[in-house]
Amino acid sequence: MISTELTQKNPRSNWWWPLLLLLATIGILAVYHSSLDVYETSILIMTAIAMGFLGQFWPAFRWHSIAVAVLSLLALQLYGSDLSRADNNFWLQYLLASQSALMWMSALFLAATVTYFTGLWRHSDYLEKMGTVLTWTATTFGMTGLMVRWRETHMMGEDIGYIPVSNLYEVFILFAVVTALLYLFYERRYQTRKLGGFVLLVISAAVFFQLWYMFERNAHEIQPLVPALQSYWMKIHVPANFIGYGAFAMAAMIGVAYLLVAWRHEKNPSSSWVQTMPSLNLMDDVMYKSIALGFAFFTVATILGALWAAEAWGGYWSWDPKETWALIVWLNYAAWLHMRMTKGWSGVPMAWWAIVGLFVTLFAFLGVNMFLSGLHSYGTL
Amino acid sequence: MSDQAYTRSHTLPIRRRLVHFLGSMELAITLLLTLAIASVIGTVLQQNQPYTDYVIKFGPFWFEVFEKLGLYDVYSAVWFLAILTLLVVSTSVCVLRNAPAMIRDIWQLRTKVQKKSLKLMQHHAEWSAPQAVSVLTPVYQQQLKAQGFRSRLTEKNGAVLISAMRGGLNRLGYLFTHIAIVVICIGGLMDSNLPLKIAEWQGKLKIETRDLAIRDIPAESRLPVSDLAFRGSVSIPEGRGAEVAFLPVRDGYLLQALPFRIEVEDFRIEHYSNGQPKSFESDLLIHDPERDEPLAETISVNHPLIYKGHAIYQASFGDGGSELSIEAWPLDTRIGEQPVSLETKVFAESELRWGETTLRLEMTNFRPFNINADPTEDDPDNIRNFGPSIGYKLRAPTGEAREYENYMLPVPRDGREFYLSGVRNSPAEEFAYLYLPVDENGELDKFMAFNAALRDPDKTERVANAMMRDALSVLPDKDPQLEESLQSTLETLIKMFMRGGFDEVRNFVENELPEAERDNLAPAYLGMLREMLARMYFTEIVPNANPEDPEQVQFLQDAVDAIGSLPRYGSPVFLKLNDFEHIQSTGLQIAKAPGKNTVYFGCLLLVVGVFLLFYLPQRRIWLWLEADGSGSKVLMAGTSNRNPREFDAVFVSQQQLLAGAHGNSTGSGKP
Repeated sequence: MISTELTQKNPRSNWWWPLLLLLATIGILAVYHSSLDVYETSILIMTAIAMGFLGQFWPAFRWHSIAVAVLSLLALQLYGSDLSRADNNFWLQYLLASQSALMWMSALFLAATVTYFTGLWRHSDYLEKMGTVLTWTATTFGMTGLMVRWRETHMMGEDIGYIPVSNLYEVFILFAVVTALLYLFYERRYQTRKLGGFVLLVISAAVFFQLWYMFERNAHEIQPLVPALQSYWMKIHVPANFIGYGAFAMAAMIGVAYLLVAWRHEKNPSSSWVQTMPSLNLMDDVMYKSIALGFAFFTVATILGALWAAEAWGGYWSWDPKETWALIVWLNYAAWLHMRMTKGWSGVPMAWWAIVGLFVTLFAFLGVNMFLSGLHSYGTL
Repeated sequence: MSDQAYTRSHTLPIRRRLVHFLGSMELAITLLLTLAIASVIGTVLQQNQPYTDYVIKFGPFWFEVFEKLGLYDVYSAVWFLAILTLLVVSTSVCVLRNAPAMIRDIWQLRTKVQKKSLKLMQHHAEWSAPQAVSVLTPVYQQQLKAQGFRSRLTEKNGAVLISAMRGGLNRLGYLFTHIAIVVICIGGLMDSNLPLKIAEWQGKLKIETRDLAIRDIPAESRLPVSDLAFRGSVSIPEGRGAEVAFLPVRDGYLLQALPFRIEVEDFRIEHYSNGQPKSFESDLLIHDPERDEPLAETISVNHPLIYKGHAIYQASFGDGGSELSIEAWPLDTRIGEQPVSLETKVFAESELRWGETTLRLEMTNFRPFNINADPTEDDPDNIRNFGPSIGYKLRAPTGEAREYENYMLPVPRDGREFYLSGVRNSPAEEFAYLYLPVDENGELDKFMAFNAALRDPDKTERVANAMMRDALSVLPDKDPQLEESLQSTLETLIKMFMRGGFDEVRNFVENELPEAERDNLAPAYLGMLREMLARMYFTEIVPNANPEDPEQVQFLQDAVDAIGSLPRYGSPVFLKLNDFEHIQSTGLQIAKAPGKNTVYFGCLLLVVGVFLLFYLPQRRIWLWLEADGSGSKVLMAGTSNRNPREFDAVFVSQQQLLAGAHGNSTGSGKP
């Protein structure tokens, strides 16, 4: 009985979840209605609906959201309107100021990676559960960090405030958080924690990059937005994109696990490691689900990007390097899905292809900014 | 993109085989990947650059090969469009071939199945129930309905078949996604420059590559107002207007007429406190013969104006020919000593003539302020406003040019103030800066006077003579030969200094003097030169000043440093900006995309289709009921077109629900 619990809602226990979201939405609208335009209000309402939908069959997500909300509100309360309290208020300095929260996130993600792998190696359920707890905590800190940073941008100056998904540093945090959430979703859905370490590996890589970027380049400093980015489109285009990137990254890491298990399995089918790991079938299935999800959101994100480009760059499609690479990523996964869905390919070649896909995605995400010039040069290294 | 593999195709007639080939999965996947790989080219090789850049990059041979391949504008190259077309054809064939079956599949409940085939299905189960078939059927149908299944009853000689289905719209997902690709490509084609290409092939159009005034552009490079798509740009100075747009095509352009005139009233840039631009805005007036009053509208980045199907975007900005009042100070006094006033404009060219020297002055740039880090420092965080600046090139008759960047206001440095002028030989270099010290009145006069004095042979001779006498006064006897030699040495030192700074003197010592004396003579020569420079300053420029006055000593030092670097500065004049009238121009992008709504419709189809396809699995369940004594025997079978793994669980739970719907039952399930 793997997935039916997902489709069968338990209507009694979560009546309060939509109500809470409704109240929160009304609260936000009441406080901020004067600074929200009709698009931003719609985005807010859609976000609430999406969260309500997710929370309906994912209880942990509800508690995660509540924790993020409580911590963020606490941080806002502690800040008041004085940005310098980040350095002299104990709780802000060590826990809740965006930089502190993000450092906690980084440390916890790394700890979770180690814990998952140790659990896998020592066959310890306890450690694997610890891995899940650490990942949830890291994700909560990461999301809180982003929320608090959002407020901090507004405290930098009246005209500066923006949603913190505007540059490479910020989207790396978003990437880590989104990938972790996707993983946690599938972890519960498939009732296996064995893949945690593998997926957390790519998150750890993102964390390392983000730390390097911060310490070497001071990338964490809040810079006001260039005019081209001042648009409500950013609020939907970027997150949609990172659901795609996150899902593709997860699929590739599961592909790695798949290949390792397939390789061990060939050598020694009864090895205890092969026995502990989820079945090849299951991994193949998660990989497919993940790519399908990523593809759906990447499609939406690319279309949103085109709509935005039509408003900002004078055309919905300009064959700009970023656009073109988005198309390449899309074509690649479209081919993957066709192979899988109609030709019935599965297993080792598809796992390899998913890994190659991650490199293509990585180039679209990072490489274009590093090596190619174009209109979309917001996050240059 | 067909579900059926193409079998027996070799036995079919050519036409059918062609259709098979075009609709085949293999071709589709090959095309997807080919398109992906081909798209890479245009991102690696920067597109639509000036052709001379490509020639420099690849050399004449490869330049031509790549040009033939259309690599400089890959995305409208014939072969690229051919791949796209083939993809559209392949998708269309696939849709046409599969659509009838797919559409049927949305509704049809498949009532024609046989018991045998149900038993062969991967998911099937059997059980017995004590109730009669006629009792069970409504219970089951009710139960299926509660689970979201549509069902139908069919009599099968002696048995009853309930065929049920859920998620038939999944098939719509297939249709939507594939039709979407075709629709998007058609929309994209409507907005492409294909009509222009065709007109060019027919010889009706000629790409203009020369830099011409609008009125001189020949008719065969002009496009009339029409319903076709275009995307061009035009730069309009404040207070002026335009009724054309330039369409960039390969290494040239075409001129597109607009059905209205755009007048720019004002262009504004707002800045954040750290100097970064915050917004670019243009106040536009649209003059349309069909309107009584012009339409006034302000556009900004992310907020274009859509007028009569034309979208007008704020794309860039630049100088619109700012008026500049300049004072040209001669640095080389052979061409004069007093500054000359000069009125010019940004982008204007003028001749600077002094005797035999002729230089072409090309004003390239004016900036009303420069909020940035100190251009001469490495600290990127020390951001200040350095005030207005001009940029210009000085071109010698040989065609060589140096680029200069002069700041209007003196820049403070260690408590003193300097006029800054940057110079470089090519855009690839960083500017090297000349620091001209400012006198007590905040002017250049004192520095210029000193510079002029050093170039004045009479003054140098006088001061050299005085210095020689002071130096030789300690000697008991007069030595005319020594006197003459010392005096001429002093004069020569100044000349050398003016020619090449301290380096010139050092080189002289290095190259001309015997090696044994070098170590002694070098400091002596440099000491004499410094003494001469100081004497020049304190006798000719500030005769009443105290030579010990630290401020004077400092000024002298700064002036000497500046004059010593003049030979490297390379310009016989220093251009000082005195006044300006800032006129900006706004860069507008104007686009017409009649296919836009088609593309958006395709996008909508695509998104809806993708989600239907992935998240609405089509599930079928059949129940075959037969009388078994007073009770019944039930055979249940099911299929799903997605997620067989998930369907395992779904099937088991459906079976339990159904089998348990009427109370006790016995049976076996085999998911």
